[in-house]
Amino acid sequence: MFGLEFSGTILRLDMLVEGAITTLWLSGVAMLAALVIGTCCALALRGGTLVRGLVLTYVEVIRNTPFLVQIFVIYFGLPAVGVKISPTLSALIGLSLYGGAYAAEILRAGLEGVPFGHIEAAQSLGMKPASIFRNIVLVPALAAVYWPLSGQFILLLQTSSLLSAISVAELTAMGNSIQSLTFRNFEAYIFVASGYLLMTAAFRQVFRWMHAILFPFMKLER
Amino acid sequence: MFQHFSTAHVIFLAEHMLETLKLVGLAMLCGCPGGLVIAALLRSKIALLRNLAEAFVYLVQGVPIVIVLFMSYYGLPRLGITLPPFLAMGVAFTLFTGAFLGEIWRSAIDSVAKGQWEAAHALGLGQMTTMLSIIGPQALRLATPPSIGFLVQLVKGTSVVSIIGITELTRAAQIVSNATFKPLPVFLVAAGFYFAINFPMTMMSRRLERRQVQSSSPTN
Repeated sequence: MFGLEFSGTILRLDMLVEGAITTLWLSGVAMLAALVIGTCCALALRGGTLVRGLVLTYVEVIRNTPFLVQIFVIYFGLPAVGVKISPTLSALIGLSLYGGAYAAEILRAGLEGVPFGHIEAAQSLGMKPASIFRNIVLVPALAAVYWPLSGQFILLLQTSSLLSAISVAELTAMGNSIQSLTFRNFEAYIFVASGYLLMTAAFRQVFRWMHAILFPFMKLER
Repeated sequence: MFQHFSTAHVIFLAEHMLETLKLVGLAMLCGCPGGLVIAALLRSKIALLRNLAEAFVYLVQGVPIVIVLFMSYYGLPRLGITLPPFLAMGVAFTLFTGAFLGEIWRSAIDSVAKGQWEAAHALGLGQMTTMLSIIGPQALRLATPPSIGFLVQLVKGTSVVSIIGITELTRAAQIVSNATFKPLPVFLVAAGFYFAINFPMTMMSRRLERRQVQSSSPTN
């Protein structure tokens, strides 16, 4: 039916696997970086006016412009002003900054949701400020926004498909190569799409496990 | 050898911003009815329809928009449907819009308090009347901020059609960048155009959301 012919794509499965591995590690590293950037930004939003202004500008600019244009600014724009970076490094910077802006917005909401009474209670129990911050503010805030955040990270995995536009050899780029080798475009992209579905499902499962490990106290609430 | 990056280029970019908006319009025009259908199917009492709609949403949300784009661009001709590139893009973005709006609207309808259904039933209103005059308006209010949020995603999402060679804002920026060899200012101007479209919508969505939180907090 429809004259589908998969043999050319199946012969080149190793390329797809290689591309998927690149997609996985790029988005994995970017997720971690985004978590760090997002946490720092969310905390900085409680700081002085200047810091707040800078962070808000970063968050709004990133969230309101397309990722594709952002990586073009980094990959083509920075070398033009003398900063030379490889496609992979541009990809990592771009993806981390993109994810960081969304994570900042989500984590801000999480931090705002911590009731002040909890902090006062911890203080009256004589907990040290560092311990209060860690156990009463940060961890419960992370737990509260864990699912929206992991959803955002899965979107980051999908956003990484645009990195093919700056010649990063991730899954979509490999699909492009295979279709130009085999002239079987639709078949190649069926495989690529399945690859993304598999990775999305895998990440969802990993996030579920991590939730059980990181926040065992959340089970009590259900 | 290279052209200077001038006002003429900025006007060129502005003209292609209209192409971007046209794509967004097309996606909304076809995607909104699609979203309504998906939302209805997701809430259907018939398990098969519900599962089909869920599978559709799962597939579209689990695959990057570029791949959906490539698949409709290359796949439709295999089904014997030959569309001009612009409409092939339209199909991909209709699927994308339908899946996301369907999910947003379903959750808005489900968020309307159950007592509203019961009260309407007690007053003897039919299913259709209840949906149109009791639940619908309240769901619409709940759905507006996330729908505007999605519109921002859609405007940004259309930039990927530049990869296939449709000349919208991002593609126009690439052309100008190649002609002037000034990528940094060119892409920054393009980013500025996107920001000018999206930022007001982001602000509006946030303001509506805040107003809802305020108006709903005393009663809860």
